[in-house]
Amino acid sequence: MRASAAGLSFDRVLNGAAAWILAILWMLPLLYAIWTAFHPAAYEARFDLFAPVTLENFGKAWNAAPFARYFLNTFMQVTSILVAQFILCTLAAFAFARYEFPAKNLLFALVLLQLLVMPDILIVENYKTMRALGLVDTILAIGLPYMASGFGIFLLRQTFMTIPRELDEAARIEGAGPLTVLWKVYVPLAKPVYLAYGLVSVSHHWNNFLWPLIITNSVETRPVTVGLSVFAAIDSGIEWSVINAATLMTSGPLLIAFLLFQRQFVQSFMRAGIK
Amino acid sequence: MKSQMNWVHAWLLLTPALLLLFAFTHYPAVVTFVDSFFSTPRGQRPAKFVGLDNYEQLLNDDVFWQVLWNNFLYAIGTVPPSIALAIVMALWVNSKIVGRPLVRMAYFAPTVLPLIAVANIWLFFYTPGFGLIDQIRGLFGLPHQNLIGETDTVLWAMMAVAVWKEAGFFMIFYLAALQAIPPDLREAADIEGTDAWTYFRRITFPLLMPTTLFVMVNATINAFRLIDHIFVMTNGGPDNASSLLLFYIYETAFKYWDTAYGATLTVVLLVLLSVLAIGQFFFFDRKVHYR
Repeated sequence: MRASAAGLSFDRVLNGAAAWILAILWMLPLLYAIWTAFHPAAYEARFDLFAPVTLENFGKAWNAAPFARYFLNTFMQVTSILVAQFILCTLAAFAFARYEFPAKNLLFALVLLQLLVMPDILIVENYKTMRALGLVDTILAIGLPYMASGFGIFLLRQTFMTIPRELDEAARIEGAGPLTVLWKVYVPLAKPVYLAYGLVSVSHHWNNFLWPLIITNSVETRPVTVGLSVFAAIDSGIEWSVINAATLMTSGPLLIAFLLFQRQFVQSFMRAGIK
Repeated sequence: MKSQMNWVHAWLLLTPALLLLFAFTHYPAVVTFVDSFFSTPRGQRPAKFVGLDNYEQLLNDDVFWQVLWNNFLYAIGTVPPSIALAIVMALWVNSKIVGRPLVRMAYFAPTVLPLIAVANIWLFFYTPGFGLIDQIRGLFGLPHQNLIGETDTVLWAMMAVAVWKEAGFFMIFYLAALQAIPPDLREAADIEGTDAWTYFRRITFPLLMPTTLFVMVNATINAFRLIDHIFVMTNGGPDNASSLLLFYIYETAFKYWDTAYGATLTVVLLVLLSVLAIGQFFFFDRKVHYR
């Protein structure tokens, strides 16, 4: 098969070793944080294989700030954004994929513009709008700018366009209206794309920080990212081990989901990126 | 008649999404531009037209120039290294190495973490005295160093965080691209006896070019957009040495409540991104074929 099997396998060992060294280096910051979070504060700068393992730091962090409420807020924010995105983007993508109407190209260009000019950047004016609407410090306000996603519309349009028109026409001949066709033919065939987009959207909005920081100012609305920054910023000498525990706690659900669904995650990001 | 029905349907389908899109993307973008020609309303005094005053202030604002320069350095210091690392990671993860799933997980894991959590982890990593970096320096008898407390190292420390967070994400796109390269090319090269480096330089890298341009544009946008770690790690300091454009916009608008100047700074950011988009159009769209 290959000319120099010996040379190649040497190459492979070398490559494998280098890949592993980088992987270990890459995990180091995370492993260090995990190590301190599971050990008493006294060991945070001292390595000892036999240091007692404890969950005490997580308990301390959980009790020191209303993390339960923060998690609930994040959960509500992420799900409301996801549901709204699925509905709005599906409808708009269907129109762009299967209808001819005036100003279609212009409108589509305006949708694509959002890939560049993201709401993340327009914080000054969007805050003014929210204040005018009386929505400052609500969970709705965190999600509203992201619900009509240019990326989502683009992704679903590309998918819908690959679905053969014959399927569509067959359903219409049987007397199905446009919404029924969309729901019965297009949406089921695009399931993998919805999964991919959903994973990308959830992880993106779980992690979002700047806009929620600006628009929320109470425990009742703050998501975990902002809650964590408030918690870690108090200069009252909280131990590092407790801060690290809180940090892991807030990233925990996503990290565990990622470990469980590693393949789906990687494939989703790939799918979402390529289309 | 039928086609008119169709228009109505299409517009009904589009309306909800477009309304929100206009309200929170296009309208604020336009108003940002308009507001940059007005003063900040304060108390009983409404905003009044001030022409180019805000832009004059901008030109004379040393902090603005410093922040812009920082952001420029930050983009140069994060985009090429993340791309290079992403390519190397993808090549490794795509080859037959032992424990491939674990290696892939290690590279990709930082991507899943919130940037704010990443910042906490790295802040601890960098802590003078007992952070891991100083502990390793200690083994070699080197003195303690406060990487994020010094003006000449802080921006580099921030770049390291961004590269760590992003390289694994970009790796995914390269992985997808690598898997799309037909295996016959590899076989043909093997028959010719091409060495690995030549193969990469002549075949793999050129075939990855569309991906590289796509990743480059996204990485550059992120260099201007992702600033969460600055809040936790340095607050822009010391002496604005780690402040980036969007962070300065935040400070201006929400700490000093100078919204008109904040809008003016946002215009600069929008112009920068538009230049990027035009660059993308000329470079990128010609090489990549959309269906």
